[in-house]
Amino acid sequence: MIGVMSYLVFFATTASILAIAVLGLNLQWGNTGLFNGGVVAFFGAGAYGTLILGGTSQEGHLGGFGVIYPLALLGGMAAAGLMAWIVGLLTLRLRHDYLAIATFGVAVAFENLMRNAEWLAGGAKGVRGFERPLRAALGDGFLYNILFFLVVLAILIATYLFLERLVASPFGRLLRAIREDEEAAQSLGKSPAKVRLTAFVTGSVILGLAGGLYGTFYAFVSPQDVLPTLTFQIWAMLIVGGAGNNRGAIFGAFLIWGAWTASGWALSRFAPIEAQLYTGSVQFVLIGSVIVGMLMWRPEGLLPERLVVSQRGSTPSNKQGE
Amino acid sequence: MSLSIRKGSITGLIGPNGAGKSTLFNLLTGALKPDSGSVRLKDQDVTNLSPNRLFKLGLGRTFQIPRPFARMSVLENVMLAPIAQIGETISGPFLFRSRMRDEEHHIRKKALEVLDFVTLTPLADHPAGKISGGQMKLLELARVLMGDPGLILLDEPAAGVNPVLTETLIEKIKELNRRGTTFVIIEHDMDFVMRHCDPVIALAVGKVVFQGTSEEALADPVLLDAYLGATADA
Repeated sequence: MIGVMSYLVFFATTASILAIAVLGLNLQWGNTGLFNGGVVAFFGAGAYGTLILGGTSQEGHLGGFGVIYPLALLGGMAAAGLMAWIVGLLTLRLRHDYLAIATFGVAVAFENLMRNAEWLAGGAKGVRGFERPLRAALGDGFLYNILFFLVVLAILIATYLFLERLVASPFGRLLRAIREDEEAAQSLGKSPAKVRLTAFVTGSVILGLAGGLYGTFYAFVSPQDVLPTLTFQIWAMLIVGGAGNNRGAIFGAFLIWGAWTASGWALSRFAPIEAQLYTGSVQFVLIGSVIVGMLMWRPEGLLPERLVVSQRGSTPSNKQGE
Repeated sequence: MSLSIRKGSITGLIGPNGAGKSTLFNLLTGALKPDSGSVRLKDQDVTNLSPNRLFKLGLGRTFQIPRPFARMSVLENVMLAPIAQIGETISGPFLFRSRMRDEEHHIRKKALEVLDFVTLTPLADHPAGKISGGQMKLLELARVLMGDPGLILLDEPAAGVNPVLTETLIEKIKELNRRGTTFVIIEHDMDFVMRHCDPVIALAVGKVVFQGTSEEALADPVLLDAYLGATADA
């Protein structure tokens, strides 16, 4: 029983962390129409940033600053935001497909840098020497994992509420207008370049937050954690859940992560021995098919974006009352 | 070329396809940068200013092919337009909530009034991408009106619009004009131009070929011949 519980907690923690990342991407793509093809770079910047800042001193690579955990996590988010700001200044003039290619390139460069610059982050061996916060007091057991899950869940809820308030505000309206037609928005006095950069950096900071939590959860990060696969998984979660809808983003994260985990389990259990080597590739094909199928038959996702309509007390019929 | 728009007028801008009417609009509104020459608005040099700056200075424009924010409601399209909204910054919704709510209240009220003015009230909660082309042109006018511009540039407001909506549009333009708004209208419909615009400016191959009242335009055989001849080819 405790085994099942323990696994469920593990699953829910990972899915919640990914849900935070999907929310970050939703701000960029779902609300603003920014095609970030390098999601994993910002996620990775958060993970590496947090672990390098918060870890204990290590021979052979940067880090071991031993910064207290909340500050280390904030540092990871700042690293992701800073990277997004630089990348944004350079690439945000590009439209959809070009922006996607440019950001994808950034992600590949990031992975290669982490793999090869050993002095920076331990190279292929990854960042070692990070201790999960409060481990000494709580131990490594089930209790720790439950508490960690609750913290992640609280952060997920806080992120959701932050974004809900943001997209319901005039700022959200401005993001949608720029997504729909940048030139028309500019003709109405708006500054698309500035707004796009703000949305890109904010979304990336949230991606960095997810990455920081992910690194904390495993107390380790290596170039294997920042492969393009993760970008596609996060995109699949958003497309399936419903771009432009924060609940859809969270729903998609749990659904796709569930499907990914279940398909991995099923393949390892039922696939013939000689095919076991290829189960990973089969999973990639599956996730690719899900994205394509969704785009063909239900491009708005399972929980589509809701139209913002006139709200309470403002319908034309009671205008006279004002 | 050199031309000036008289304050308080409804100036018609005509010319065959390719004469440069829309290009001129794009130069005036900052969508295109001129290689040379200058644009002045109310004695201020506005050459090379971006469209967003020009809107803030009181210059509104609509597009030849309407550009609604398709997946936003008609009301949201209109509520977007007021400039410098406190809630349009990322910190606004968190640090200035009550101010933002007051402002939203006023913007919504004004937006509903403007929608009422352009007869789109029944469509307020519809997605802007799902209304008719003519209604989109009215919506673009409504958006522009939210900025209280002194000068509005309309690019083919009557093209592809059913006659009833066109009449509504003309009525609204004239009403606004009486209240002091200046209009420049690109239009292919000569009847529209002759009936409602004064003065009339005609362009051909990037040059002003005629400038005068609509009566003078109608009496100008060269102009009519050139204009109608060229459109017959189109």
